[in-house]
Amino acid sequence: MVEETNIATISMSQQFSAALKRDLLLSFRRKSDLFNPLIFFLMVATLFPLGVSPEPTFLADVAPGVVWVAALLATLLSLDGMFRSDYDDGTLEQMLLSPQPLMIVCLAKTLAHWMTTGLPLTLMSPLLGVMLFLPSDAMLGLVLSLLIGTPTLSFIGAIGAALTVGLKKGGILISLLVLPLYIPVLIFGSGAVQAAVAGLPIGGYLALLGAGLALGFVLAPLATSAAVRVSVSG
Amino acid sequence: MPEKKWMPRWFYQLASPKWCYQITGKLLPIFAWLALLCLGVGIVWALAFAPPDYQQGNSFRIMYLHVPAAILAQSCYMLMAIAGAIGLIWKMKVADMAAFAAAPIGASMAVLALATGAIWGKPTWGSWWVWDARLTSMLILLFLYLGVMALYAAMENPNTAAKAASILSLVGLVNIPIIKYSVEWWNTLHQPATFKLTEKPAMPVEMWLPLLIMVIGFYCFFAVSLMMRLRNEILRREKRASWVRELIVSQ
Repeated sequence: MVEETNIATISMSQQFSAALKRDLLLSFRRKSDLFNPLIFFLMVATLFPLGVSPEPTFLADVAPGVVWVAALLATLLSLDGMFRSDYDDGTLEQMLLSPQPLMIVCLAKTLAHWMTTGLPLTLMSPLLGVMLFLPSDAMLGLVLSLLIGTPTLSFIGAIGAALTVGLKKGGILISLLVLPLYIPVLIFGSGAVQAAVAGLPIGGYLALLGAGLALGFVLAPLATSAAVRVSVSG
Repeated sequence: MPEKKWMPRWFYQLASPKWCYQITGKLLPIFAWLALLCLGVGIVWALAFAPPDYQQGNSFRIMYLHVPAAILAQSCYMLMAIAGAIGLIWKMKVADMAAFAAAPIGASMAVLALATGAIWGKPTWGSWWVWDARLTSMLILLFLYLGVMALYAAMENPNTAAKAASILSLVGLVNIPIIKYSVEWWNTLHQPATFKLTEKPAMPVEMWLPLLIMVIGFYCFFAVSLMMRLRNEILRREKRASWVRELIVSQ
């Protein structure tokens, strides 16, 4: 891919797609990183019937919350790797030096993170819904709420990952920083599924999730790039 | 460099740790006496002379601690985030130190508000904790404080830690209204408003005046503890500066 181009002439969209392609390629080369959050997602959902009760009616009641909490934790688990390897081998520093705004790279990395965790989680969620006896009418609500909600989780999580990438033990710290900020997404996400179970319209919840996503899309890359700068220079 | 006139002079002077140390040294006794006066008068008035509530009897008196603590926990977060923003934008060391000094005070105020709320809740609602919207958002505010403090604790370089914590507290500031409303909607959707501790049935003057005095007293107390922590932090971080050495030698 080495071409004799002046780096300053690369447009922002070119840089965005290059960064996205690179991150996707890297995660497809390390397949275990790709599957670990999914396996974790499945295991957390398995723990609830074992730990609380295998009663189908009870499980159907808690299913919206359980699936959403499991998705949230699985996302959290994968956050630490978002900037870690690029920070360790100095790639992040080079990205910081590029003439294009750092925000573009952060946006691409966040999107790549969502495509490798949030999107597979969303696609897998009906399986968990069946395991937890979620009514089949509510499946669409579950998938839609996760589809709109998980990108927001990636956006907020990117800020936490960028803040802690310079630290040796970032893992537990990320959860402390990020979990309180995840609460609105959790509330609206599981709210949408519960409304779907009750046969109520879910449009309002999805609209709120979408508003959160729009806000995250606009503001989070800004905060993420500021945080990357702090972590790299520090 | 020509001096820009659009910011008042004291704002620039605040950037000097030495000047800040001196001015807080002068302000500290004033606020300390004010806090002592307000808290003393407020407590005695609230606990001994304010009329008992017609429904809750005397148990409502814990409100005189609970409400100021809750107000302060929120304003302290604002102060921390704004100080962090000033530190990020104008690279002001003193603002960073103020944000660092404010975090534990705000966290302890949130704990105080939650604890007094629980103590009040037991006789009134019959349980220590209820998943009420206000209680939950205060708990989340405490989590936000703890996150900021954990970030400060995790980073060794104080400058990096200050920048990182400022970014986090600004993100939290954007999120606080969202969290507040989401929790309120969540609660109203799940259970009807069985408990409404905030419905203010036109409190008589004898009841709200001591509360006002307590709030002012809490603010003064907050100013005192913030300045004390800030002064300590200034001395700790500026220990290599000549004026700090002279100060220590002279004492």
